[in-house]
Amino acid sequence: MNTDRMKTGFSTFASVRFVFVGALLLAASAMSARAELRIDITRGNIDPMPVAITDFYSGDTQTAAIGRELAEVIAADLERSGLFAPIDQRAFIQSNESLLVRPRFSDWRVINAQALVSGGVSYEQDGRLKFEFRLWDVFAETQMTGFAYRTPRNNWRRVAHIIADAIYKRITGEEGYFDSRLVYVAETGPHTMRVKRLAIMDQDGANHKYLTDGSALVLTPRFSPTRQEITYLSYFNDTPRVYLFDINTGRQEMLGAFKGMTFAPRFSPDGNSVIMSYARDGDSDIWIMDLRTRRARQVTNDPAIDTSPSFSPDGRQITFNSDRGGTQQLYVMDADGNNVRRISFGQGRYATPVWSPRGDLIAFTKFYGGRFFIGVMRPDGTGERLLTESFLDEAPTWSPNGRVLVFFRQTRTTSSGAGGVTRIYSVDLTGYNLRQVTTPTDASDPAWSPLNR
Amino acid sequence: MRMKLFGLMAAMLLVAGCTENADNGDTTQGGGEVAPTPVADTPVALDPQEDLVVNVGDRIFFDFDKSNLRPDAIDQLNRQADWLKMNGGITVAIEGHCDERGTREYNLALGDRRASSASQYLRSMGVDGGRIETISYGKERPAVLGSNEEAWAQNRRAVMVVKSGSLS
Repeated sequence: MNTDRMKTGFSTFASVRFVFVGALLLAASAMSARAELRIDITRGNIDPMPVAITDFYSGDTQTAAIGRELAEVIAADLERSGLFAPIDQRAFIQSNESLLVRPRFSDWRVINAQALVSGGVSYEQDGRLKFEFRLWDVFAETQMTGFAYRTPRNNWRRVAHIIADAIYKRITGEEGYFDSRLVYVAETGPHTMRVKRLAIMDQDGANHKYLTDGSALVLTPRFSPTRQEITYLSYFNDTPRVYLFDINTGRQEMLGAFKGMTFAPRFSPDGNSVIMSYARDGDSDIWIMDLRTRRARQVTNDPAIDTSPSFSPDGRQITFNSDRGGTQQLYVMDADGNNVRRISFGQGRYATPVWSPRGDLIAFTKFYGGRFFIGVMRPDGTGERLLTESFLDEAPTWSPNGRVLVFFRQTRTTSSGAGGVTRIYSVDLTGYNLRQVTTPTDASDPAWSPLNR
Repeated sequence: MRMKLFGLMAAMLLVAGCTENADNGDTTQGGGEVAPTPVADTPVALDPQEDLVVNVGDRIFFDFDKSNLRPDAIDQLNRQADWLKMNGGITVAIEGHCDERGTREYNLALGDRRASSASQYLRSMGVDGGRIETISYGKERPAVLGSNEEAWAQNRRAVMVVKSGSLS
């Protein structure tokens, strides 16, 4: 459950402790009397829910500044989801200080707020910050949820994302995804001599950091589901091979001693192995390397190109890309390589299948009629839906809750080198809410982390 | 062989041009007397890669999403095979490349297939496989900028790059 995640998670990443704020149980009993304040996120293009997010109150000015920024980060997270419409704070009537006692719900109904977020921030004896947060149903006049968090001062942004996740979960019924990060490839220079570096940032673009210096070409980073690790392709020493990158230490390690190119790596759901392509004499097959024994075993054996493998979340199946039928199509097989079946039958070429963390869908890139699309289909190949289209859209990656896709988009280049702008975008699973993800430079090959822990 | 001779002749013509200039008493260069450049056994120390590019041709081209060798590619590979046999001390890498109209991972595999096609043909023509390595760059290193068919046609290629050794 959510609380478990927080408990286990905080021990390794940063120390944040939480306690329930008392009113929750009371609120739960009161709410059963009336229809819940709720967003059904399975519908597309819904009207965003108006929500009032107040600055977290503090008596002293220095801490109050953090309370203000905290509210900004929460509001930005919720707004970006496309499901919430934070109300301009200038419309607020009730003061933040008096909110700490109890909301005057009529003041919030007047400005059409359906949900209200209030809270306080203060210093603890040990120098840590304490955040108290409450989510209110304005019409039912009840508290929907509430927590208190303690954390080192420099960790306040994580608390903001955790609170945004709690709000998202309480109102949509789905896990949030704001307390997460993106790793991607930062691109600079002309396309003929592109410099590519691994970069990592919070999902909202904060805490941006380069992981490699650009001296070696790097591609296709992917997060470990269980450790602070990334697997990716590096051309270090002009030898394209799959590597592991330890985020905490910066250590890079080549995976295995393959005689040819290894590429297209992804972790298994338990984090104990990496599945990838291995190319020998023009033939790319899929292999799995066990990270504990460092033994590799071959999964596909076909003269065609087999690449872009991705495990189902239960680890029992693998989806991959192959041109064994003539052109690139999507396939699913059992994890041991048996029972291979083609799942894509629409017009055009299909590539980069990625299994949703919920297991219900496979996202892909499609190339048809000179255009590229990001789409989804069920693992049996039914229910294909295209979500985006452009000159070049490629490489979808799932949010931890399987509700949002991030991918990259490249524009046309002129013969003088103008254009060719490459940026990361997010789109809701419903196909709505397309937004650019802010990065300092051109960006490609995004990969979403699991929820932080 | 023909190409090699042509290169040699071109180099000699260049040298001849210089000496002729000096003989005409052109003193505008300053420094007075210009010693006639000796036309020695090695007229110009040509870099192997330059020789490959100028006298043989370093690249072959492919159709979209294909790695089979077109007739023009086979002609080119025949010249490369002769050149490699003539210059037995040279080792090369063949880089496989793709245009931008494909996904990154598939293009890495396709680039590998293209480099491998070229390598296999050269071996079939009697070049020692130990002298040829392959590397795929997928769509990462286009030769020509531009999102148009002309640029894409030039970017779908396999390029021979000299790794070590000198001309015989």
